Amino acid sequence: MIYFSNTKILSILLVIFIALMFAVPNFFSKDQLNSFPSFIPKQQVNLGLDLQGGSHLLLEVDTVEIIKERLENLNSDVRRVLKKNNIQYSNFKNTEDDLKFVVDEFPAEIQKEILEISVSNSQNILQMGDQTNLVITRDENQVSISFTDEFIKLAVTNAVAQSLEIVRRRIDELGTREPSIQRQGSSRIIIQLPGIDDPDRIKALLGQTAKLTFQLVDTSTNYDPLNPKKAPVGSEILPSDTDGSFKYIVKKRVMVGGENLVDAQPGFDPQTNEPIVSFRFDRLGASKFGRVTQQNVGKPFAIILDDTVISAPVIREAILGGSGQISGGFDSEEANDLAILLRAGALPAPLIILEERSVGPDLGADSIEAGQYAAIIGFLAVIIFMMFVYRYFGFLADIALIINLFMVLGILSLFQATLTLPGIAGIILTIGMAVDANVLIFERVKEEIRSGSKMINAVENGYKRALSTILDANITTLIAAVILFFMASGPVRGFSITLAIGIFTSVFTAFTFTRLLISIYAKSLKPSLVGMKIND
Amino acid sequence: MIDIANTKINFLKSRIITFIFSSILVVLSFGAFFVSGLNFGIDFKGGTLIEIETENEIEIAGLRDNLNTLSLGDVQVQEFGSKNNLLIRVEQQSGGDQIQQNVVEIVKNSLDSYLSSEVNFRRTEVVGPKVSGELIRSGAIAILAAVFAMLIYIWFRFEWQFSLGAVVALIHDVILTIGVFSITQLEFNLPIIAAILTIVGYSMNDTVVVYDRVRENLRKHRSKNIIDLLNLSINETLSRTIVTSVTTLLALLSLFIFGGEVIKGFTFAMIWGVVVGTYSSIFVAAPLLNYLDVKREWNTTSAVDSTR
Repeated sequence: MIYFSNTKILSILLVIFIALMFAVPNFFSKDQLNSFPSFIPKQQVNLGLDLQGGSHLLLEVDTVEIIKERLENLNSDVRRVLKKNNIQYSNFKNTEDDLKFVVDEFPAEIQKEILEISVSNSQNILQMGDQTNLVITRDENQVSISFTDEFIKLAVTNAVAQSLEIVRRRIDELGTREPSIQRQGSSRIIIQLPGIDDPDRIKALLGQTAKLTFQLVDTSTNYDPLNPKKAPVGSEILPSDTDGSFKYIVKKRVMVGGENLVDAQPGFDPQTNEPIVSFRFDRLGASKFGRVTQQNVGKPFAIILDDTVISAPVIREAILGGSGQISGGFDSEEANDLAILLRAGALPAPLIILEERSVGPDLGADSIEAGQYAAIIGFLAVIIFMMFVYRYFGFLADIALIINLFMVLGILSLFQATLTLPGIAGIILTIGMAVDANVLIFERVKEEIRSGSKMINAVENGYKRALSTILDANITTLIAAVILFFMASGPVRGFSITLAIGIFTSVFTAFTFTRLLISIYAKSLKPSLVGMKIND
Repeated sequence: MIDIANTKINFLKSRIITFIFSSILVVLSFGAFFVSGLNFGIDFKGGTLIEIETENEIEIAGLRDNLNTLSLGDVQVQEFGSKNNLLIRVEQQSGGDQIQQNVVEIVKNSLDSYLSSEVNFRRTEVVGPKVSGELIRSGAIAILAAVFAMLIYIWFRFEWQFSLGAVVALIHDVILTIGVFSITQLEFNLPIIAAILTIVGYSMNDTVVVYDRVRENLRKHRSKNIIDLLNLSINETLSRTIVTSVTTLLALLSLFIFGGEVIKGFTFAMIWGVVVGTYSSIFVAAPLLNYLDVKREWNTTSAVDSTR
């Protein structure tokens, strides 16, 4: 059992060699690596945001808002159908999840018409076939219309996918280095931004839905801040972007929307030198815009972003070219960001920032340095202690420990796993625990010697007897690491990864490499080599 | 040369005393937990944490007073490793997830105007109420799942008596760790959950080694009285228990001393866990087998073991 066939020896050495090859690039700079021949691996350990500095944001798509908006659209559709068919209704209202109204009669064909309109309206947005998406219930005269669960699920999934795309576009526009944007669960988005430790601008960009609309100003009345009245039917009161106390009364009807924009660029007004954003409509948008401006020359036209009026210039002449510009007293960075937002498109629903974790580059570098320092000291302490206790065998265990560390590093590089600060702690913990397998074996060997076995048999039996204990003991730690991996995210997950890798490499080296070393000297082994007193 | 061989320490002699000792510690932990609770960090409580570094030393009291005028609720300022490094904690603002985002900007602006020297923002963490609630739940579930997994594993590999003894020792270790965090009021955050899970793994590891030997001895010495047999097993594995604990502690101490402030709480928890875990495998897990009526007649053909 203690002797190895040549094939075995070769494969053990090969595995170790490959692991070492993958560990080596971490000791050189990127430039040095590029000058190496191509057969040498060049992947370095992937550093987590807590070590290289960067920002982590967890966002959630406001799904309540999605359903609310859809219900509002449904509201006007239903009213239209009822009016068209001369159905008298009262108490029409929107709740969180349904529409309610009271009718005297509600014939089946009207219900069918409502269902058809709703299906055709959502058809172009969601692929759901001819399946109905509404639940209509009637209790006496009280009617309630709500969306089916399948539809809500589909609408949410769709909105999240769309949000993900728009978030990606907005961040790409900023030119950040290797951003990672991922979906998490059903309605969340994780954004990792290496190298950015102050994500204020990105947060501001993501905090806006950037819904742009052009609506006419209601000139029939003026907003009086001292005597605020309700807006006339069909109009709404919106705040101004530049002047906090001033409010506009605008007509609710959206003449043209941001979805018809094809381009938006920041620039400067040649006359006033004020920062502006110039935009261009697609064909449909251009013709809509042309018609409205033609019919409303001399009237103010409000440009509205996220329910705030950016400006409301008076239409001087019909704009038929399909392009225009927005000026609203913003500085050039704001103009730039607005252009980014308009180009990337509006979010289907607001994004809520649930969590932010940002680490500056200094702290990351300090953590790496402290981690390295702690690893070296811990490593030296363990090495000296092992040699003190187990003498020659301790020395072998120490060599195995070094190989172990290289293997952990090699495996991390090979699989491009992320190394975090807790991950470094996991490696250091591995330094302490990796010798355990060897300790269990050496103790067994000592016992065998004490009970009168010859050295060589003692070694052989020691390995054999320690095996099940080593497996049992390491599997328990592995179970803990696996549970941690699935429960944790971010830096803590990095700890479970290094811990698990460390368990594998330490068991592997104990049963292959250390054993191989011991077998080479099998014939000349003496009890004193295990650290036993000669007269013991 | 260290050689802890042929020790014949009667560990079980004082088992009543150690059981009482452990019970007192457990009761104390519960007491501290219910009286003062855990000092949850922002991972679990929500809120904002900002670590700053400045060129000149900052007078903490003045800065604290200044930040407490911002009407952001309770703002804590403490030194973090050195006099130029400060940790600022702002409690969670009422009004949902979105509101929390304003805190960072308000604090940063206030710091920039209050402090004359350049401020380096080393770390900013904002955790909203939704996420903190989830983290606390998943942390608790993870610990319970780990303990349960150990229970099942040991049950499969040994017998239910062993499984029960091991899990009692495990719960003992977890309670004592939560207890020490309640008493010291050290910050309890996400990495501490990771540390507790590692403690669960480590403590089990230690216990398994002793139990393995107990099982082996149960077969080898069929007529031996159970107390002598347990003592023999603990003594036979004592040398390994000590060596592994020492190497693990050496590595952890190095991390505690040199590894930087950010990871200190995490390392402290693990050092504590290794000490408690080692203690419990000798003084709790093994002696418990005396009361659990372990099976003496092992069927050697069906038992999973490599020893003969």
